[in-house]
Amino acid sequence: MNYADRLENVAVLGAAGKMGSGIVLLTAMEMADLKLESGPAAKDYVLQAIDVSPQGLSGLLKYLRDQVLRAAEKKAGGLRKAYEGRPDLVENEDVVRQYVEDVLSLVRPTTKIEAAYDAAIVFEAVSENPELKVKLLSQIKAHNTKNALFLTNTSSIPISELNDKVKLDGRIIGFHFYNPPAVQKLVEIIRAEATVPDLADFATQFAKKLRKTVVPSHDVAGFIGNGHFMRDALHAIAEAEKLAADMSLVEAVYVVNKVSQDFLIRPMGIFQLIDYVGVDVCQYILKVMNDRTPGAKLHSALLDRVAALGVLGGQFADGSQKDGFLKYEKGRPAGVFDPDKKAYVPVAEIAARRDEKLGPQPAQAKPWKQVISLADKAAFLDGYFKELREMTTPGAELARAYGRRSKDIGLGLVKDRVAARDEDVNTVLLTGFYHAYGPINHYFD
Amino acid sequence: MNNDHRKVFMTAGYQTVSMGSGRKEFHPKKARPGLEDYIKEAGQGTLKQIGGGKNVDEGVISNFMAARFNRQGHLAALIPSVDETLRWKPCIRVEGACGSGGLGLMTAVKSVLAGTADVVLTIGVEVQNTVKAIYGADYLAGAGWYKGERKKGHVYFFPALFSDRAGAYFEKFGRDKTRRAFARWYRNAVENARLCETAQEFQNATADLEALGLTEPNPRSFVDHLNVFDCSKVSDAGAAIAVVSEEGLKRIGTAKSAAVEVVGWGQVEADLTVPPEDPTRLETTARAVKKALDSAGISLKDLGAVECHDCFTISGLLSVEAMGLAKPGEGPDYVLDGQTSRQGAVPFNTSGGLIGWGHPTGGTGVRQAVTIWQQLTGKAGNWRIALPSSRPYALSINMGGNDKTVVAIVYRRAD
Repeated sequence: MNYADRLENVAVLGAAGKMGSGIVLLTAMEMADLKLESGPAAKDYVLQAIDVSPQGLSGLLKYLRDQVLRAAEKKAGGLRKAYEGRPDLVENEDVVRQYVEDVLSLVRPTTKIEAAYDAAIVFEAVSENPELKVKLLSQIKAHNTKNALFLTNTSSIPISELNDKVKLDGRIIGFHFYNPPAVQKLVEIIRAEATVPDLADFATQFAKKLRKTVVPSHDVAGFIGNGHFMRDALHAIAEAEKLAADMSLVEAVYVVNKVSQDFLIRPMGIFQLIDYVGVDVCQYILKVMNDRTPGAKLHSALLDRVAALGVLGGQFADGSQKDGFLKYEKGRPAGVFDPDKKAYVPVAEIAARRDEKLGPQPAQAKPWKQVISLADKAAFLDGYFKELREMTTPGAELARAYGRRSKDIGLGLVKDRVAARDEDVNTVLLTGFYHAYGPINHYFD
Repeated sequence: MNNDHRKVFMTAGYQTVSMGSGRKEFHPKKARPGLEDYIKEAGQGTLKQIGGGKNVDEGVISNFMAARFNRQGHLAALIPSVDETLRWKPCIRVEGACGSGGLGLMTAVKSVLAGTADVVLTIGVEVQNTVKAIYGADYLAGAGWYKGERKKGHVYFFPALFSDRAGAYFEKFGRDKTRRAFARWYRNAVENARLCETAQEFQNATADLEALGLTEPNPRSFVDHLNVFDCSKVSDAGAAIAVVSEEGLKRIGTAKSAAVEVVGWGQVEADLTVPPEDPTRLETTARAVKKALDSAGISLKDLGAVECHDCFTISGLLSVEAMGLAKPGEGPDYVLDGQTSRQGAVPFNTSGGLIGWGHPTGGTGVRQAVTIWQQLTGKAGNWRIALPSSRPYALSINMGGNDKTVVAIVYRRAD
């Protein structure tokens, strides 16, 4: 079966989730483009968008409509050519509308897993729970009529493990998008030892057509992305707990979050990132990694405690941030969770005193958003971190220790053969986490 | 035409701010004044200077595409909303794409000539920032031939038409110098706009405008031979002016020193369904300018200021050649020599033109007349130029579509 034939019938599991909905969007647009390319003789393309939540599926349709519209407006020039043969589509608005309709008409939202039985490609994006994934994939495998190929969006579970437990004979590959899939450039592709070459070829071509940056990761729990992020987060939590000897835990969380964002020029602070991913999701991922990494201590009592209090982070259906370690107002951290009082302490009550003790940022500091679009970003970062290295304030010291740890984590991933080379680790952080620089650098030496 | 006709004057011009990207107060997602607000502001701006609506005999409103940008037709009936004394008076709406304003002025002039009116309130307006650029491009493409051209046209239909003209010009006369002239045109436009507080580029603080103007065109995101700096702005703005007879001037109590006399004009229409014979020439513009100068009985060396229709840098440059100030292929030299700058022999577009001041499509022709009136009567603030006594005339050129509707008008101070 060639690439286009494979994509004639696709099922996405967990279609209404934040990863699944992005995968549905990108896949449906790719299918519609293939259909347009093949002209009037095109076969029917079908994308079964499967999810347990009917409300989630209606949210999915709204999300798709908005996103396809935006994408169509952006590529209206190409669409004018694609619809050249349609005399009824004359204006930009005509082709944009038609494209939205063409994409949406491929998508069949359903709560029934049976819809995946005729799919030639099954894309799995359910929650990060190994048992659930094995159960669903096994059920589909048992009934599938097309000898389907499976792509899983797992961010931590070894692909070989899924392959063995579902007995897929190599018809599975890790295809790990970053959140949100429509925006983040990165896809980690993880081949299990048994993964069949056909599927690896398909995955490579699919990623290329989606214009993604592909980084291969070895089949080790957590892969490169979470391999770095989880250890980075555990370091942050440990630092906060250490600092809590001299200040309240709430203040310590504020301090580490601020240092990791402002001093290290990251798009968000580490506790905000934990909230963005979801406190409970981090918990699942850590457990998956911990159980499968001999000798590792990938666990946080604080994370468990906060999660047990029902403080979970994650996003609302409209994409806005739910409260977690931090409380959010208009998307910005406005409070820090106190697990003793089970309440948020306003940032305003903490910030002034803690900021003064941390000391100023380097004088040449610029916000992350400006830095990523600087034409001479490398020169700026050299100058900025040189200044940071020469400072003796508590803030600068915390930042340097944090940067060094992040680098050690990166080097560890290469040493442990999760990543093939330093550059792969850096690419993952640059394109999957939108960092301004890779963790393996000379800034903190 | 028989030259033994009534004298026609213009006075009491008013222009709103040209709102859109470039203005600090502009935010695409925030609420802004609408079509009605611009009509009112511009109309009242003129009425205040002529003793109110009671002195007005007729109203003319020029607009291109409110039916799509604002979902509003029937604009003539918005003229009485400017002032209640305008109710029950004859009003008309005029449309000729981006040449609507020029047609509006001519409509008013003809009412005065016919003797049916002594004071005509002439308003031009367009409010375009209501839709995203790719839909705005659809609406503006209405200035082309929909049935014959739109389907095979570009996403950005009009920029692409003029990009094709630029490409043909590059081919024939060389790319490098021409692009440098485009960049100079852009710089002149913005430098002039910086002097005029209503201009859309008034707050532009870019240091090296020519370097920016030389940005390589990106055919993947825009068009082949032009960049965004080669293009006029997407603008919301209104302008108004009173077109009056000698009796009219008396009625409104305006001295001749505060008015300009319309001494010649050329109004020319080409066939929308016929593509330009030579894309490196603006033939309709050339014909309109010739008619205007001939009817005024003057030559190019009598002109002290020009408002030309630089919807794109290439159209500015081709206007220079169409007027006859430079031979075909020599427009770039003329511009690069500084002849069109405010220090040049004939300063062009002294408040920024379409690229610097803004281009409220259907309102532009009226705005051009306002700028010239301000310039000739000493009402141009910081953007005032010193007109030598040997060159007392000014010319406006207002073009609709791809050189299809052109109105050229020659003015001189009335006293």
